[in-house]
Amino acid sequence: MKILVTVKEVATVEDEFEIEGTEIASQYLGADLNEWDDYAVEEAVQLQEAGLADEVVTVTIGPEECEQTIRQALAKGADRAVRVWDDALEGVDLLDVNAKTEILSAVVEAEDPDLVLTGVQAGDDSFGATGVSLAEEIGAQWGAVVNSLEHDLEDGVASVRRELEGGVEELTEIDLPAVLTIQTGINEPRYASLRGIRQAQRKELDVQALADIGIDESAIEAQLELTEMYEPESESDATIWEGSADETASELGDLLREKGVTQ
Amino acid sequence: MTDVLAVTDHRRGELRDVSYEIITAGRELADETGGDLHLAVISGTVDEFAEKLDREGVDAIHTVDYGEEFNHDVYTQTITQLYDELAPQYVLAPNSVNGLDYAPAVANELDLPIVTDTIGLETDGETLIATREMYGGKVETTNELEGEAVVTIRSAEWPQAEGTGDAAIEAFDAEIDEDAIGSTVTGFEEVGGGDVDISEADVLVSVGRGIEEEDNIPIIEELAEALDATVSSSRPIVDNGWLPKNRQVGQSGKVVTPDVYIAIGISGAVQHVAGMKGSDTIVAINTDPNAPIMDIADYAIHDDLFDVVPALTEEFQ
Repeated sequence: MKILVTVKEVATVEDEFEIEGTEIASQYLGADLNEWDDYAVEEAVQLQEAGLADEVVTVTIGPEECEQTIRQALAKGADRAVRVWDDALEGVDLLDVNAKTEILSAVVEAEDPDLVLTGVQAGDDSFGATGVSLAEEIGAQWGAVVNSLEHDLEDGVASVRRELEGGVEELTEIDLPAVLTIQTGINEPRYASLRGIRQAQRKELDVQALADIGIDESAIEAQLELTEMYEPESESDATIWEGSADETASELGDLLREKGVTQ
Repeated sequence: MTDVLAVTDHRRGELRDVSYEIITAGRELADETGGDLHLAVISGTVDEFAEKLDREGVDAIHTVDYGEEFNHDVYTQTITQLYDELAPQYVLAPNSVNGLDYAPAVANELDLPIVTDTIGLETDGETLIATREMYGGKVETTNELEGEAVVTIRSAEWPQAEGTGDAAIEAFDAEIDEDAIGSTVTGFEEVGGGDVDISEADVLVSVGRGIEEEDNIPIIEELAEALDATVSSSRPIVDNGWLPKNRQVGQSGKVVTPDVYIAIGISGAVQHVAGMKGSDTIVAINTDPNAPIMDIADYAIHDDLFDVVPALTEEFQ
């Protein structure tokens, strides 16, 4: 069995930042492996360790700068990586769900995996829609917000739990091939070992342009246009205690005594 | 004319609140150009649901009596057929776990753009302006879309529709292709049970990502002990296995309403806030003065929890 995992490098933002136009000024931005994808990679690697998967391949849409993040996923145990990038994607400030679906479905077609794992959402734009959209596009089954996956995949069926709201889980059987969107907490993502990091440097990282995967530029034209970005107005009317930790702790202590919290 | 088709949400025999909120959101969009608001009620006790959903502003309710519980294939097939029949400008769905299990498939099947987790919507009948957050709520953005679209709305952002409506309630004859149904729900399970029920606590000392390491959890437990309070947490702490699931406050955990909620190193993501905003008094201890938790805090300390928490514990020992 072959597993494809979508891996995104997400932008992280410092506590204090400034907005320039419709973007956060670059000096306040960092980059990291999307948290949800980290769990998806771990789940795939565990399936491989359980002897169920022969190969774990990651796919990323992103420029060369994100190769360090891709190497992180390889260091954790993925076998090889595909990275899709193109000059045509350079100037796009928001790659919408439709464009991501187009690109990823072309890679899925070429790789022909039995199982695709994605994160539930990306930590930066948080659409939470690409996995299910991709499944529909490639004619696979799917399950969104999966927080448990039985590792036997008996008879081509994945037994999963979907994490609903309010502490309720739905038990669902999903036919393979399928796309599952993986929720945080499904496993404990490992730290890459030094050996893993060394090996990752030698693993195959294949770079594809849109034309290589048979996609016309017009197919990725964004239908959703980001027109404004601003800091939400703070609605805070909190009483702020200032001073040393002893002073603020003492203020809070007074409040708690006033509320009858403690003796 | 901006007709809107809004899909309602139910689970285990109960309509979820967002079903009433989506009526408000849909009515507002339809009103801007004098269009109609259609509701889709799919699976479960649809006639009973339809009667409850017939609130002010609903023009038509389409019921599909097929199966008891949510199945994304049934929803996807039904909604695409309703879309073909009604030709609405916008399909609205809740940004719930189930909404995200069919809305993207509906959009892709219909070749429509999708915008998810919206917190504000406007239209002139042609251009949709959707407000949504990015970077975990650090910024808000406006996004424009031309023409038809699938849109999911965040829960608790629109008020629930009230009153009694005069909607035409009709059974919609959906053709469900059973061969295309590739998943089966086999059951439900309540999780997060056990010895402690945080929703019963009067005082919660709640810990978040700011605690940094599992080894630091004891300083929170010591404070809770000194205050005779109960320890709870935000999601990442439970995801990391540092505290059990029954301690988790938020959308996928417990909803709590204690007298005092002390949020320590919790930024206040919307999913967390949904679970604790009903607390009587909220105190936030966080180094980031712009953290969203500050918006709902009654008292705040913008300082390092590793300094403040031990000092507070000492006060009460």
